[in-house]
Amino acid sequence: MSGPLLAIENLHVQFARSEDQVYAVNGVSFSIHENETLGIVGESGSGKSVMLMSSIGLLRENGKITAGTANFQGRDLLKLRPKQLEDIRGRDIGVIFQDPMTSLNPVMRIGDQIMEAMLTHQYAGRKEAFERTLHLLHEMGIPDPKARFKNYPHEFSGGMRQRIMIAIALACEPQLLIADEPTTALDVTVQMQILALLQELRRKRGMSVVMVTHDFGVATNFCDKIVVMYGGQIMEMADTDQFIRKTMHPYSLGLKRSIIEVGHRGKAIVPIPGAAKTMTQAPAGCPFAERCPYRTERCDNEVPELRKLNADHYIACHRAEEVASLAV
Amino acid sequence: MAGTAAATSSDVAVRKKNRNRSPFYQGWKRFKKHRLAVVGLAWVVLFFIAGIIGPWVAPYDYRIGDFLAINQGPSWTHIFGTDNVGHDMFSQILYSIRSALIVAVGATLVSFVIGVVLGLWAGLRGGLADAIIMRGVDFMMTLPGFLFALILVVLLGRGYWSLILAIGIPGWAGYARLVRSLVLGMRNGEMVEAARALGASQAHIARRYMLPNVTGSMAVSLAFGIPGDLAQIAGLSIFGMGLQPPIPSFGNMLAQAGDNILGFPWLLYFPAGIFAITLLAFLFVADGLQEAFNPKGGH
Amino acid sequence: MPSDPLLRVENVSKTFRTRGKKLRAVQNVSFTLEAGKTLGIVGESGSGKSTLGRMVLRLLESDKGKIVFDGVDLTELKKNKLRALRQDMQIIFQDPRASLNPTMTVRDAIEDAMAIHEIGTKASRRERVVELLERVGLPYEVQFAYPHELSGGQLQRVGIARALSLNPKLIVCDEPVSALDVSIQVQVIQLLRDLQKEFNLAYIFISHNLAVVEYLSDEVAVLYLGEVVEQAPADELFKKPTHPYTRVLLNSILKIPDSPENRQTMVSIQGEVPSPLNPPSGCAFHPRCSFATDACKTVKPERKKVSEHHIAACHLVQ
Repeated sequence: MSGPLLAIENLHVQFARSEDQVYAVNGVSFSIHENETLGIVGESGSGKSVMLMSSIGLLRENGKITAGTANFQGRDLLKLRPKQLEDIRGRDIGVIFQDPMTSLNPVMRIGDQIMEAMLTHQYAGRKEAFERTLHLLHEMGIPDPKARFKNYPHEFSGGMRQRIMIAIALACEPQLLIADEPTTALDVTVQMQILALLQELRRKRGMSVVMVTHDFGVATNFCDKIVVMYGGQIMEMADTDQFIRKTMHPYSLGLKRSIIEVGHRGKAIVPIPGAAKTMTQAPAGCPFAERCPYRTERCDNEVPELRKLNADHYIACHRAEEVASLAV
Repeated sequence: MAGTAAATSSDVAVRKKNRNRSPFYQGWKRFKKHRLAVVGLAWVVLFFIAGIIGPWVAPYDYRIGDFLAINQGPSWTHIFGTDNVGHDMFSQILYSIRSALIVAVGATLVSFVIGVVLGLWAGLRGGLADAIIMRGVDFMMTLPGFLFALILVVLLGRGYWSLILAIGIPGWAGYARLVRSLVLGMRNGEMVEAARALGASQAHIARRYMLPNVTGSMAVSLAFGIPGDLAQIAGLSIFGMGLQPPIPSFGNMLAQAGDNILGFPWLLYFPAGIFAITLLAFLFVADGLQEAFNPKGGH
Repeated sequence: MPSDPLLRVENVSKTFRTRGKKLRAVQNVSFTLEAGKTLGIVGESGSGKSTLGRMVLRLLESDKGKIVFDGVDLTELKKNKLRALRQDMQIIFQDPRASLNPTMTVRDAIEDAMAIHEIGTKASRRERVVELLERVGLPYEVQFAYPHELSGGQLQRVGIARALSLNPKLIVCDEPVSALDVSIQVQVIQLLRDLQKEFNLAYIFISHNLAVVEYLSDEVAVLYLGEVVEQAPADELFKKPTHPYTRVLLNSILKIPDSPENRQTMVSIQGEVPSPLNPPSGCAFHPRCSFATDACKTVKPERKKVSEHHIAACHLVQ
């Protein structure tokens, strides 16, 4: 088997604010292989989205990558010029966002937008691109592609717009699809439809998907591998089955216990105390320490490394072994 | 209880001195970051001071020319020189600043007051009042305001009041539209809905919830209004429709200097330079306010 | 006759008219709510759940129907009487940031609520602000903060404190935790539950999140395109969902599996929520329903009793 499709090593990202710096991503390393679905899960401010987007050159203006590499097909994406990155995005890496309305062009027919994705990357000629667009629309489950080709984004529902976004992202048959909260803005029934569609498309193409989500339910059911982020660092990384069988990090455990799910009526639920803080300094210890029931002095003073506990299970916690035995 | 203890760790260090953290103070802090705006503000302040104390510090009377010293270049006795009847240009400029400010500020206030009243009325009342006022706004917007002002001057004369009204009256539409859109945006917004749910009366909502949230935008539009009106005054002067001489004004000075541009350039340089810098200064200030209080570029 | 419930809503409807089109937001909704109890209202976008919540408080006028709160018919109440009555019925919003005045400190925001109803003196109101903030789990200093300085979770607590300051009997909670992070959601939900017990509050809890609704509610109404398709005590509704839409909703939830074998496969139902501008004929759900018959396409189903307190509007219910 060949190496990973995308390998991110020791990525650091900071944001400049008017009076201070935000340490958004603090040394993240992970990789995604061919034909794999990876879920990056975390709450707001965990750095999950910034981490992924900065690796493909989609970083807000006040953001800066201060260290790291992102190897994709033998090239470090972080060293490429914007033009080269644009070339890769949309051709080798497809991207979809939470709100399709902001990434679709409101004054361009949706068919033209899908065609354009192929034409700018010289993936296909005009005629072929047109045929392929119809095929893609059909594949995305949009009825009557020929007629819908001529519609504008506002003439579609939220779910349909997300399908169009996916069509654009997949137009050039990328090997990797990056999905940033693709179903967060959708109703549950529509979320299910989009996830089913993504799963089918992925299987058919043998494509890899990295999905950023705040929803543990979506990640654990959809993805093969889970990365849990907090405070700009990976807390836990595991094969999903492993993660389900034995969640180990105090943060992931706390979250799992505090999520209210159907059937929890009448059960006691233990919330994680406190709230996540914005990191305005380089981490000195474990970012979760302040909210952690297992905190020791070491947690405050030493940043835990992401270490391998067993095959397919990595964890950044000084007391991982103890916690695993303490946790019921 | 866990949930309660939980929230005590607060993400923001909340200090007791809250005065310094009000949205207005935050805006001022953002304003101070724009260097041009601060420089502009300094100039504007100077301009206002000059306008206010001008008559007392002017070395010469603006009405009396010194026939022994006509068309002189800058010197220690007449630092900006003199014109063809021996008026001291420095004194002329000080008085012109005063007249320009009276007309510009007066006219802007006239537009502003009419605009705010009509805008509030349209926004809060809605219905027929809104429809009529907004048609009025549309009408005023399609009308070339300058021409309208010109006609008004012809009808009213060239005194202070007539100019203030001539420039002020046609200018209300922009303010009315802004106020109305701000009010409408808030009237259907969650903040006002929440206030209604508390049981607040219309008047209470307007005073405590709407007003404090429009002052920033209002200040910005006022700041843009004054230089606009200054330019209008000068424009009217070019057509010979500015303040009636002998009231000193930039327009009159410029018109006169234009005739003598070759022989006595200082007659043009000083007034034109000061006027141009002032316009720019006002615009920088307005721009700075815009970015400080309305970063999204208006509502 | 048993004593009147705190709130009785009878056949309220609302149709919006926009650019000549009719948007049917809420249609013939009825329910009752006892003091100290919670009615959960579940629905997807376009279900009219927020419209319904606002109509109950008469923040929005209903087209028809009756809303009897504490023995008073709100629909016929004069504006100034209504304003006074607002003390007893409050609302908390999904986006607390948008519902607070950015130019008011937390203390002023809460104090203003009491000042509107002329409760106490300025000094006593300020004392009460301190108590309330403590009760909702916020540190003392928060009263001096402006909304832009607080997090979403903190702001929602401020919103709750402001509602509580008036000692209401009923609070409409309109998606109060949807915008919050999961770990904060639980904190706020537990706070709401504790407050309910302490002050005997009645809640109308509006949410698209079935799990949260199940957790908090005594009774649940499922809304689809402005109509109640199923209504039952929470236990029963989640144990015996009867309407096909309720079942679809429940099946669309992705739970964290308890074992790898229980990972869900993505099975999607057909179609999307139709536009309320152009609702389907017959049963509004029929285009998406896998059990739909010809009757469903033409005849609007009546509300039928599944059991004593359980109703469903479906032709398939015998």
